[in-house]
Amino acid sequence: MRQPLLELVDLNVAFDTERGRLRPVRDVCFSIFPGQTVALVGESGCGKSVTALSILRLIPQPPGRILSGKILLQGRDLLTCTENQMRSVRGKEIAMIFQEPMTSLNPVFTIGDQIMEAILLHQRVTHRQAKEIAEQSLRDVGIADPARRLSEYPHQMSGGMRQRAMIAMALSCSPQLLIADEPTTALDVTIQAQILELLRKLQRDTGMAILLITHDLGVVAENADTVGVMYASRIVEYATVEDLFDHPQHPYTEGLFRSVPRLGQLSERLATIPGTVPNPARFPSGCKFHPRCHRMQADRTCANTEPLPREVRPSHWAACHHIDTFAASPVTRPTLDHRREVVPLTDPALHPQQRASARD
Amino acid sequence: MTALDQPILADAVEAPPDTPDGLFTRIRRSRRIRFSFAVLMLILLSSLLTMPLTLRSDHPWGYNNQYALPVRVGPSFSASALWCGSDTLGRSLIGRCLLGGAASLAIGLAAAVISMTLGVAVGLVAGYRGGWIDALLMRIVDILYGLPYLLLVILFKIAFEKPLSLLVRSESAANFIVLFIAIGIVSWLTMARVVRGQVLFLRSLPFIEACKAAGLGQWRIFTRHLLPNLVGPIVVYATLIVPSAILQESFLSFLGIGIQPPLPTWGSLAADGLSPALNPIVSHWWMLVLPCTLLAVTLLALNFLGDGLSDLFDPKAEAAKI
Amino acid sequence: MIRVIAFRLLQFPLVLAVIYLTTFMLVWVVPGSPFGRAERKLDPIAEQAMKERFHADSWKSFLAYYPIQVITKGDFGRSMQYQEWSVTDIIKVSLPVSVTLGIFALTIGTIFGVMIGTLAAVNRGGLFDWLSLTIALIGISIPSFVVAALLLATFTGRFGLFPIGGCGGFREMVLPAVALSLAPLAYIARLTRISMLDVLGSDFVRTARAKGLSRFTVIWKHCLRNAFLPVLSYLGPAAAATFVGSFVVETVFSIPGLGQHFVNSVKNRDQTLILGTVMIYSVFLLTFNLLVDIAYSFVDPRIDITAKSSS
Repeated sequence: MRQPLLELVDLNVAFDTERGRLRPVRDVCFSIFPGQTVALVGESGCGKSVTALSILRLIPQPPGRILSGKILLQGRDLLTCTENQMRSVRGKEIAMIFQEPMTSLNPVFTIGDQIMEAILLHQRVTHRQAKEIAEQSLRDVGIADPARRLSEYPHQMSGGMRQRAMIAMALSCSPQLLIADEPTTALDVTIQAQILELLRKLQRDTGMAILLITHDLGVVAENADTVGVMYASRIVEYATVEDLFDHPQHPYTEGLFRSVPRLGQLSERLATIPGTVPNPARFPSGCKFHPRCHRMQADRTCANTEPLPREVRPSHWAACHHIDTFAASPVTRPTLDHRREVVPLTDPALHPQQRASARD
Repeated sequence: MTALDQPILADAVEAPPDTPDGLFTRIRRSRRIRFSFAVLMLILLSSLLTMPLTLRSDHPWGYNNQYALPVRVGPSFSASALWCGSDTLGRSLIGRCLLGGAASLAIGLAAAVISMTLGVAVGLVAGYRGGWIDALLMRIVDILYGLPYLLLVILFKIAFEKPLSLLVRSESAANFIVLFIAIGIVSWLTMARVVRGQVLFLRSLPFIEACKAAGLGQWRIFTRHLLPNLVGPIVVYATLIVPSAILQESFLSFLGIGIQPPLPTWGSLAADGLSPALNPIVSHWWMLVLPCTLLAVTLLALNFLGDGLSDLFDPKAEAAKI
Repeated sequence: MIRVIAFRLLQFPLVLAVIYLTTFMLVWVVPGSPFGRAERKLDPIAEQAMKERFHADSWKSFLAYYPIQVITKGDFGRSMQYQEWSVTDIIKVSLPVSVTLGIFALTIGTIFGVMIGTLAAVNRGGLFDWLSLTIALIGISIPSFVVAALLLATFTGRFGLFPIGGCGGFREMVLPAVALSLAPLAYIARLTRISMLDVLGSDFVRTARAKGLSRFTVIWKHCLRNAFLPVLSYLGPAAAATFVGSFVVETVFSIPGLGQHFVNSVKNRDQTLILGTVMIYSVFLLTFNLLVDIAYSFVDPRIDITAKSSS
């Protein structure tokens, strides 16, 4: 098996608040291979954004703290890096884009300033070259008239345009991994489709890996190779996208699929998952999902012991006591190299940085 | 496409979601507020409760009793009235400081009340009615802002002190009242602007729209939905007016147009103590240090209280993302 | 932009006229005469003659004489108190002193205020937050005359670091400027802290960090520019108030600035001098408010002063 680009091993994150310690991320493991798209899906507050921020070590400290675990970027543990080493990882090797294109750009600097800032920081180029790279990356994300756009301020652009500018900024240093934290949530549906299409195209062109954080199963189905379903700060199910959609194993995942309206299916009401997302300060005992679970049985196993993820089908992990097939399978750490064939384009039109990374 | 973020509520909710803590819980939890409030209460109560002593002319603590103590004696434990020394006229400094505290705090509170009433009224009317009333009121505020505040205070004092002293038949009472109003009158301008700005901001928010859509009457929207949201900024600014009023009084005392002589305030005590304390040959430091310390501690506590309250009321108290 | 500035400038005379008339009205209705004091009452006939010489015998003759002089010659007339001086000359002599001192003080106040406020916000709840705010607040919790006098007593007498009074050189300016800067410093520190706390919670901070920028760059480049806006709007009125001088500092350090005339002219009912000083103050205020509005649109590109109503 090839070496994963990024591997999270038993990551635990805590927030020390006035009301005690919150644990937004518990024992999270997954790996991303070059060129692969991994999606983390879950309701708000399930810990998916904190996981993403922890990879770049950007959770505010204090109150946040990474308790234990490893974040291996090509075998190098980011948690043991110094802050200075971390700064050269951020933006250069791992870039990140955020949910709110409206507020994620600094309103008082021009788009050009903000893109060039990252380029000048990570690449040995002159100001003039930086400007050319910035222009090129704006062109790459499909912004017309990039030279003019460079001198515009964020408020002069539309939401979709701003998200494109964000992506251009993130990709200007040709990172190997792009973390996209709900990149389309704040956008119109048509713009959403355009942005996702753009991300797919850029992935094809550069061969970068994408960690997609979303709560939208539609987005997952269209974009991801591998999916981790998060519930109450744990990954409860982890599988390839096809296997997950065809054979969901965890009752929470099943519930999610049932609550998706389907075309051509007539029903009075959409199915829902009973109950609400538990408060991070007062998680239930045992399996965090058991108060809402229809599989819960009277033997109190669910309420007493927390299930560990098991490989319940080939390359399909789920954390539930009541999965009959594979009942005696051992606990393993999920690493899944299932990706669609991605052939990195070596298009001469690409600028040198991108070509360099595509060859890697 | 489905958004999981939409509420997935169906059956009975097992654990109620946590509600944010109530205002009073948060006030009690804030160490800054608790501490400054305790300090203020201590100073206020000791000033008020000793007033029967400090106002008497025959008690050694009497604010104007010049015959009980020797002049310019440093602090000592030989007599209770001498705990903080005596001033150039042989009056007990502790008695004068305590009464001065009552006077200073009274000035601060009165100014806060006056400027609050005036400022809130003007701000509310201007912000809620809008149109030409708003324009007129705000132009008046602008013009008054354009004048140096000293001009207003001094002229106001000169103009009204004489007639008022004829009316209330007591010069020191007239002096006191005019001082209250003069300081109150120059501090309402900011309050008016703040309240008006807040009203305009609130009116632009969708929830007022929602109230209208729900068919609520003007008056009900105003009293039940607008006013409660204004309480925060009003209380915060009122807390911050008190210290600035006390400081302004001390400044007026320095100019010689503050409170009239035998009656003390912290400001006038500090102003009077300045030259004996800075005397290069023999420094009578206690005449300056005591009133200044009391003044500084009180003002610090008031400012901290205001800051603490504004932190509480600020809805945007988001955690730093750095 | 230029049209807006021109429009605002055109409004100046109107606003100034209103302030002139308001001030005159206030001064006129307040009892008391500029000529003679309580202890040295002038003979009624002499006083009348004096009033006539100064066109102050009735409000009609006052308004018929002075405003025209001001508009045509920029001349506020003679001071009623210091009769051998014209108001314009008094201002000409004392204003430069006050402005120099004011610029010095405001620079100190802004630089240190912004620094303290930013550091306090970054260390929110920490020791530095608490300490810096206390120090800043002490600056406004002790009457300015006490601070000024203590500075004077400490640094001139015992250590002899700075000269006792007077003005002119840099060394003479340091102590009064420090005394004068304390109040704006404290205010700016608090303003900066509050708006900085707000800015530190914005999403673009995370974006900037995700790019690989250091905390230092993010705070002092990205956040400060956003957090500076409230400070900027405070600086307009503060500059006007500081540049026309401060009575306390000028008295304590015996500096012949304009500040003392503000107080003395009002106390003496020196009508011409009051009007002169108030007009200078108003001109400063209007100018600095305009400058602040212009500066605003440079600091924050979202603000378009052409869309703003004039006020």
